[in-house]
Amino acid sequence: MKLDPKRYAEMTRNATPHSPVLKDCLWAFFVGGAICLLGECLRQFWLQWYDTELAGTLTSISLIFLSAAATAAGWYQKLGAKAGAGTLVPITGFANSVVSPAVEFKAEGWVTGVGAKIFIIAGPVIAFGTLASWVWGILYWVSTKF
Amino acid sequence: MAMPVRSGDTLIFSTPPVVRAWACAGGKKEAEGPLAVEFDLLFSDTSFGCGKWEKAESLLQQKCVARCLTKAGLDPDQVDLAFGGDLQAQCTASNYTMRWLGAPYAGLYGACSTMAEGLALAACFAAAGFARQALAFTSSHFCAAERQFRTPLDYGGKRTTTAQWTATAAGACILSPGGGQAGVPVTSVTFGRVQDYEVHDINNMGAAMMPAAVSTLCHHFADTATRPADYDAIFTGDLGRVGSGLLHDQMRREGLPLENHLDCGCLLYDVDTQQVQAGGSGAGCSAAVLCAHVLPRLMDGRWRRVLFLSTGALMSQTTYLQGESIPGIAHAVELAAPDTVPAKKEA
Repeated sequence: MKLDPKRYAEMTRNATPHSPVLKDCLWAFFVGGAICLLGECLRQFWLQWYDTELAGTLTSISLIFLSAAATAAGWYQKLGAKAGAGTLVPITGFANSVVSPAVEFKAEGWVTGVGAKIFIIAGPVIAFGTLASWVWGILYWVSTKF
Repeated sequence: MAMPVRSGDTLIFSTPPVVRAWACAGGKKEAEGPLAVEFDLLFSDTSFGCGKWEKAESLLQQKCVARCLTKAGLDPDQVDLAFGGDLQAQCTASNYTMRWLGAPYAGLYGACSTMAEGLALAACFAAAGFARQALAFTSSHFCAAERQFRTPLDYGGKRTTTAQWTATAAGACILSPGGGQAGVPVTSVTFGRVQDYEVHDINNMGAAMMPAAVSTLCHHFADTATRPADYDAIFTGDLGRVGSGLLHDQMRREGLPLENHLDCGCLLYDVDTQQVQAGGSGAGCSAAVLCAHVLPRLMDGRWRRVLFLSTGALMSQTTYLQGESIPGIAHAVELAAPDTVPAKKEA
């Protein structure tokens, strides 16, 4: 064949259609913004009864609950397929990444399926997030010594 | 019986075996596609009410195989040998189908190339007289494949422009020795060689498999002293839009431009409106297009000579995560209209 891998990589790059960047950005901006707006509405709702800190916590919990319910109903995936980062970045995206494997792997049992696979997507975020917090904590501690 | 002739990588049958019955089954998205009316069976509930996608795929296969046997007028115990496979780890969909069918079985793993691989092997066994009724079948299921190779179904991720949609579909064929038997003759088969051009992107299978298609096409044309224009149509399994574009470019460079190429991944769905990104894929994609679209057109003489390739990407989730590139393979089966059928213009 008149082809080498280096030349083929170039051919493949040229043949790859570009993502519709503007359309994707608009979807992400408006859907992501709408989720944040929903969060703010929920916060104002909780502020009627609770202080700022507790209202903030209850807002996160509410968004996580709503995302979990939307994931279980199959709606979050449909929205995420269009909104991309708009649904991935907010806390609802993290909830989706935990609930979706839990739904998916129920067929393999509660322990060996749900229990073992629930953090298949969120696991690296938790592991490296925790590690980053340690590193930051040590740097902060060292900085207080000077 | 006259022996087949081996020419390079191609086996040319002096007495071609025939595909005497076939059937295909599809799911909901396939029912919304342009080939829907040509399917034997379509199911709107692709879980078959069982809640397990792997089992659902096996049930889809079983319904497809059962329809094929009915069309051939055969009982399961009349099948001499079955060649089958699928995309599930250890090919379990096919194993459970064969537990139900009970016939002698040789399991195959050729990824999305399984239909052409099974068809080619069944043709060899039928031509040699080792099997009077050889079954070749395969399938894929979008949900079973997604959860095995990618992310959970309810995960809200965005697909890339080069990604392809695994078909929920199955195809099955019964092959018998030629010489008087009615059916679509298999005139030659070319078994492919594994090609790896260091594509690492699991979301660009078309590009990973394209070199294998070029390799098999070049071998086939050289071995049979033919050119692309000698065929009414040349089918590839599931290169999709990206892989098909690359295939056209490369075949032009090889001096064998393809004017009559069709890709099963671009036929099974309306690529512009069904949100399948670059097109369809999966072992069931080429199997369904073969049984729904290609074989009927040969049987009634609308086409006289067709080259059918299925292309497969041979990585696993483990080798992909370990940074290995994606090897591809393609097998070709040359099909002809029965001698007794006069040429007919497509309506």
